[in-house]
Formats: sequence, structure tokens, C-alpha cells
Amino acid sequence: MSGEHDGGPPPGLCRDCLAPIEAGAEVDRCPRCGSARLLRHPEIADLTLAHIDCDAFYASIEKRDDPALADRPVIVGGGTRGVVSTACYIARRFGVHSAMPMFKALKACPQAVVIRPDMAKYAAASRQVRAIFAAATPLVEPVSLDEAYLDLSGTQAVHGRSAAAVLAGVARDVERHVGITVSIGLSWSKFLAKLASEMDKPRGFGVIGRAEATALLGPRPVRAIPGVGPKLDMRLAADGIRRIGDLQALGPEALRARYGTMGAWLAERAFGRDGRTVEPDHDARGISAETTFARDLEGVEPIAAELWPLCETVSRRLKKAGLAGRSVVLKLRRADFRLLTRRRTLAEPTQLAERIWETAHALLAGAVGTGRFRLVGVGLADLSDATTADTPDLFSQATESRAIEQAIDAVRAKFGDGAITRGRGFRPGSIRRAKTLR
Amino acid sequence: MKLTIERAALLKGLAHIQSVVERRNTIPILANVLIDAGKDKVSLSATDMDLAIVESVAGQVAKAGTVTVPAHTLYDIVRKLPDGSQIGFETAGDKGQVTLRAGRSSFTLSALPAEDFPKMSGGELPHKFELAAGDLRNLIDRTRFAISLEETRYYLNGIYIHATQSSGVKVLRAVATDGHRLARMEMPLPAGAENIPGVILPRKTIMELRKLLDETQSAIQVALSDTRVRFAFDDAVLTSKLIDGTFPDYERVIPTGNDKVLEVDCKTFAEAVDRVATIATEKTRAVKLAVQRGQLTISATSPDAGSAIEEIEARYTGTAIEIGFNARYLLDIAQQIEGDGARFTMADAASPTVVQDAADQSALYVLMPMRV
Repeated sequence: MSGEHDGGPPPGLCRDCLAPIEAGAEVDRCPRCGSARLLRHPEIADLTLAHIDCDAFYASIEKRDDPALADRPVIVGGGTRGVVSTACYIARRFGVHSAMPMFKALKACPQAVVIRPDMAKYAAASRQVRAIFAAATPLVEPVSLDEAYLDLSGTQAVHGRSAAAVLAGVARDVERHVGITVSIGLSWSKFLAKLASEMDKPRGFGVIGRAEATALLGPRPVRAIPGVGPKLDMRLAADGIRRIGDLQALGPEALRARYGTMGAWLAERAFGRDGRTVEPDHDARGISAETTFARDLEGVEPIAAELWPLCETVSRRLKKAGLAGRSVVLKLRRADFRLLTRRRTLAEPTQLAERIWETAHALLAGAVGTGRFRLVGVGLADLSDATTADTPDLFSQATESRAIEQAIDAVRAKFGDGAITRGRGFRPGSIRRAKTLR
Repeated sequence: MKLTIERAALLKGLAHIQSVVERRNTIPILANVLIDAGKDKVSLSATDMDLAIVESVAGQVAKAGTVTVPAHTLYDIVRKLPDGSQIGFETAGDKGQVTLRAGRSSFTLSALPAEDFPKMSGGELPHKFELAAGDLRNLIDRTRFAISLEETRYYLNGIYIHATQSSGVKVLRAVATDGHRLARMEMPLPAGAENIPGVILPRKTIMELRKLLDETQSAIQVALSDTRVRFAFDDAVLTSKLIDGTFPDYERVIPTGNDKVLEVDCKTFAEAVDRVATIATEKTRAVKLAVQRGQLTISATSPDAGSAIEEIEARYTGTAIEIGFNARYLLDIAQQIEGDGARFTMADAASPTVVQDAADQSALYVLMPMRV
């Protein structure tokens, strides 16, 4: 166990050659490779929960692929949507940030190079990055294309080195093999790991130990706690609570008495505790489809119009594979790129577009509220073979749907997808396609 | 506020209260029970905003007042106190805490102000009638197993109660269905219920109502509007919102022209189905009924487990038929039939089958066959 180190420099490692540095060693550079990138922390041997974030992901990949961009401000985004997806660190110096309207960004940084996003390219890079994560530990929970939590507990014996050294190796491998940099946060809870990765960006390695968590959180605003939104922030401010330190001073009992279960939750976070564990992606074997809108949409109906064809696509893939799924997962991405997912488990598996639609639409209606969205996706998880799916129903929705969809599928198989469509999926133009097929 | 309540009385009241209070609450006060100490009557209330319960408990009130404390915590404490305890409650000056004393035990609970406790919106309940506890129990028991749990069809997540006519007689009917089976129970229409709107009682309300019914023999006063219902017992009042949706036209799916009538001894049938279903695939639970003159063969096959077959005696004179059902659904229905004989009225292997007690027509079940 680590702990106090009698005032001498704590133990650590070299982030370039991964050589361990002994506690007490008075060195500024790595004795082995001479690198100045040393990471030292009293608890370095004990921390195993990490958050890794790719630095300015889309922009970094564009710079990787065009070295001429290396020293220029790069903004990925634009199109009809007109907002910044990612700004490189040079552009950020001019005040450009994600989700900023493009005209504002170009006012702040007129010399910026604007690049349309190439999602296929980013997804490919993301797969490479995840493969490197997976080599470090099986417990990888991807949050988005460029972000993931890793739980490295118990991997020391396998790798023959500490979690911190394994993570430094991950960062090195991503740089070497993918050509972009990452920032790592290492701590003992998800909340703190995420905070640590934000402390030292880009190409950083932030560490938050148990001993320092309370002091480190104290001066931060309560909004720094994920889950504390504007409403709760206002409510707490009205009670004189602005900083996390104010929560710490009140203590768990008083918080619980004042705010009930939410108070208990606030008390946990105020001291850095976060019971959530790293959940590897279980839905990897689901079948899904998604679409990014030409321009941001708001309200149920416009998004629902985009959702129906996706339900048909998912249904078609399920039928082709002879599979059915029990859980319908709806995915929405807000205009500012935040991800929203909703999931509902059915009484029995389905492969019918109609039932997927019915469920996904209900989830959509409950999820959109206000706000603008850039993407919608629908997927089926908990897959099984189709023999137990869509059993006959007294109110014949499933039974009729099954018959109707079989008829539609048969027509499409013969005349092509545009030959027949439900009123719901009808768009001017689709009928023209049907006519030419005659 | 200062009062004393006998443990057994408090425990009984809190048992109902705590099951209404959700385990997880985003609104802290919904985790609390409201204690209202009147002159020499104490009432306990809880709500989840859709359902509210008020229990009257006998107690000696030294000083009237109101306060709310965490319901589950209070229930756990009272449960663990020795039988026969006299439990004293007292609020401290600032009302932020309640002290509870019993024998040598003393607890201090954090309280929330009673003024913040949500009240169920009032409004008229124009339809009032009375139901015997046994009748209400029957309406629920014969139908609740068929309630759908699927959220997408929220209007099936309860029991549909309405007034109608059945072969010229006015009846009160309860119907529940999940699309695979339907259960319909009826009783003579009580006075005052002639003009009630058709209403859907939510599942949670039914579960709480059923618990209260276990402890009473007296009649229950029912009052309802098209959005709310109230059940008044001797010591408890349950008020609930109704499901805001349209129950499907269920009459349409009850077949009337089925001509193949099978009668079996219900107990023998249920036991045979249960045995054969041991082999049925976990997911489908499908069993096949092969019916011919005087005989019923129940069988199941599973690619993993093997096969099972059992023959039982049956009264049947129609043409031979093979039809598949979910064994669990068959057993659910068989359990509802109290008489010796169960009557299946079938059309073909793809159409709904009607099941009834051969001796009692008040309950009717419809079962959708499976592809086997």
C-alpha cells in the first residue's frame, strides 16, 4: 500500500518508456530514456479506474491525414447545420468550441480551415483505438466514438506492470498506431477519472488519489458534478450551496435530511464516490440503424418521420438473419452532440417493423422534450431466433402486421424497395421510383 | 405533536402505507408517511402521486399536529419493536425531527414539513355504489393474471371495469388482457353503478386493493369519476387515478361461433399439462393438445430436452383437432376454475379458444393458440 512518503518525491513512471521511478528518487528526467514526461503520485500503484478521451478527435484525424494542416487552426463541422463539431487546440485558442455556430467561429478565427466531417473515417479510427483499449483490459465501456472508461483492476499480474504503466502504454500505442493523442484520467471512481482526464489536456495524464479527492473537489462549483443540471444548481444556490466544498461541509446526514435520496447522492459525489462500475458494451450483438439529419430537427413528428425507415431497415435485417429482439433501444444525439438513449423491453421478441416502430415511437415521444437533435437511431438487443417472436395476438396487431409485412416483403423482393411503402414512409419521389419500376 | 400508538395497530397501518411508497423516489417527500394526529384519531397517509392511501389508527393524542417521516424506515423500526410495545411520537421544537420511543429504544428521524405533502386533487366522484368484499375479490382474482405488463400498450396495464348487459341481465364486468389471453368476470350490477363510465384500474392500485381486501369482510364503498376512483374500507381509504386510455373493443375478439366443445376434468388436465410442460422449451412453453372422440393427448417436444406425452379422458364428439397453447397460460386459467369441469370451445388451430368453468358461466377466458 502507498500513503505518505515522508515528504520525498512519490513513486511514479516514465510516460515514454514506461520505466518505473522509485519513491524518493530525486530526478527530473527518466534515468533510462531521458524523457521529462514523468508521472508521479503517492497512490499511483493503487488506482485502476481510468477515463480516456481522444484530444480534439475529428480535428486530430484530419491533421494526421494532411500534415499541411499541422500548424493551422482546423474546425470540423459546417454543412447546412452550421455548427462546430470539433475545433483543434489552435482554433480553441481563438475561443472556438464545439456546438458553436459556424459563423461565430469564423468571426473569432477567420483564418481557420473548415472541414466537413467524414464519419466513416472517424469510426474507423475509433475502432482502432478501441482495439488498443481492449488489449489492456476486457472492461472497456465506450461512451462515444472518442471516449471510454477502462477498469484495470486485477490486470497487474497479466501485464506485469501497474495500471498507470499500462495506460501510459495505451497512450503511446494510440499515438504510434492511430496517429492521434489521448488524455488519460486515473482515479478510483468514474466521476473522478473523468475529472482527472479533463485536468491535463491535451496529451495529458491526470491522477486523483483518495487522499486528495475531497480537497480537490472542494473549490469546484456544484455544476462540476455530472447530473447536477441548471435546475438543481439554482435550487442549491438558493440554499447557499455553490461549491462542492459547501456540500462537504454539510455532510451526508444533513444533505440526506434536506434533500432525501438526492441529498445522499450529492453527498456521495461531493466526496468523489461514484458507485457506477465500468460496464462493457453488452449491445454489441444487437442490430441497429441510424441516420444523421441534413439539418437539426426538433419535436416528435419530424424526428419520427426519420425513424420509420430505420425501423424498416432493422426489421429487414432481422428477418434476413432469422432473428428477433426483445429490447428496443432508441438513440438520439443532441445538436451539441450529447447522447441520449432509451430502452424498453417487450413481453416477447419481435422482428416486425410495426412493433419496433410502435415502441421506438413511444420512447421518442417521452425523450425529445425540447431541444434540437442531429441524429436518431433504433436498435434491437436481446436477440434470439425468430421462432418465438410475434406470437399471435387477440387484438391482431401483431398477427395483422405480420401478414402485411410478409406481403410488403414479397412485393419488395420482386420489384425493389421503392415499389411499395406504407403511408408513414411515403415521400414525394418514392412514388416516382415505383412508377419507373413498372 | 405528541402521541402514543400501540405497535400492532401501527404495524398494520404501516404495512399498507409502505407498499404504496415507492422504494426509489426522486421527490424526497414521496418517501414519507404523513402522520396526522387529531383529537383521538391518528391517520397515516402515503402517495406516489397516482395512488394515495389513508389509514386510520387508534392512538392517544396528547398534542395534536402533523409531520412526515420516511415510511420505510418507520416501518422497519416498528416491525422490529417487541409485540405489545406502546410507541410514543414527539416532534422537536423546529419540527425538523421526530423522536420515537418504545420501552428502552429511542429513535430520532428526520422529518419533512407536512405542508409539503402532496394532496390528491379533489373533484367530484359522482358515481357511488357498494360492493361486498368477496365480490370485489372475485372480480380481481379471476382477471388480474391476464393484465399486460408491456408499457407500450399502457391501456392494457390494468383491469377494465364497466357496466353492461349479459343475456339481458345488467352486470358489472371486469376484463383484463395481454393480447395472448383475455379474462372476463361479471357479477350482478350493484345499485348506483348503472351509469358508471368504463374505467381502467391500474395494476398497482389493484395489488394494493387486493391486500386490503384480504383483511376485511365488510362491504366496500366505491366512488368514481372518469379519471379517479376511491375505495373506502372501515379503516382505510384508497384513492387512485385511472389509466387515461381506451380499452380495446374486447367483445370483438370473444368468438361466438366456435363449435368444437371439449370437456375435461380440470384438475386432471392441469396436472397433466404441468407434467408435460417440463419438457416444453423454456421460451415458448408450448404444448400441443390433440383432441379426438373421448380422448385428449397433451404433448410437448423440445430440440434440447426431448419429448413428453400424456393421454387423459375427455368428452368430445367433434372432428379431430390439434391445437397448441402456452402451458403457463393454460395453467393460469385452470387455476381460476373452481368446479370440476373445464370446457374448451374451439374453432381451429389458429383461432381464439374460449375456456369456461363447465358449471359457472360468470367467468370467461379467451386464449390465443400458438403455432406448434
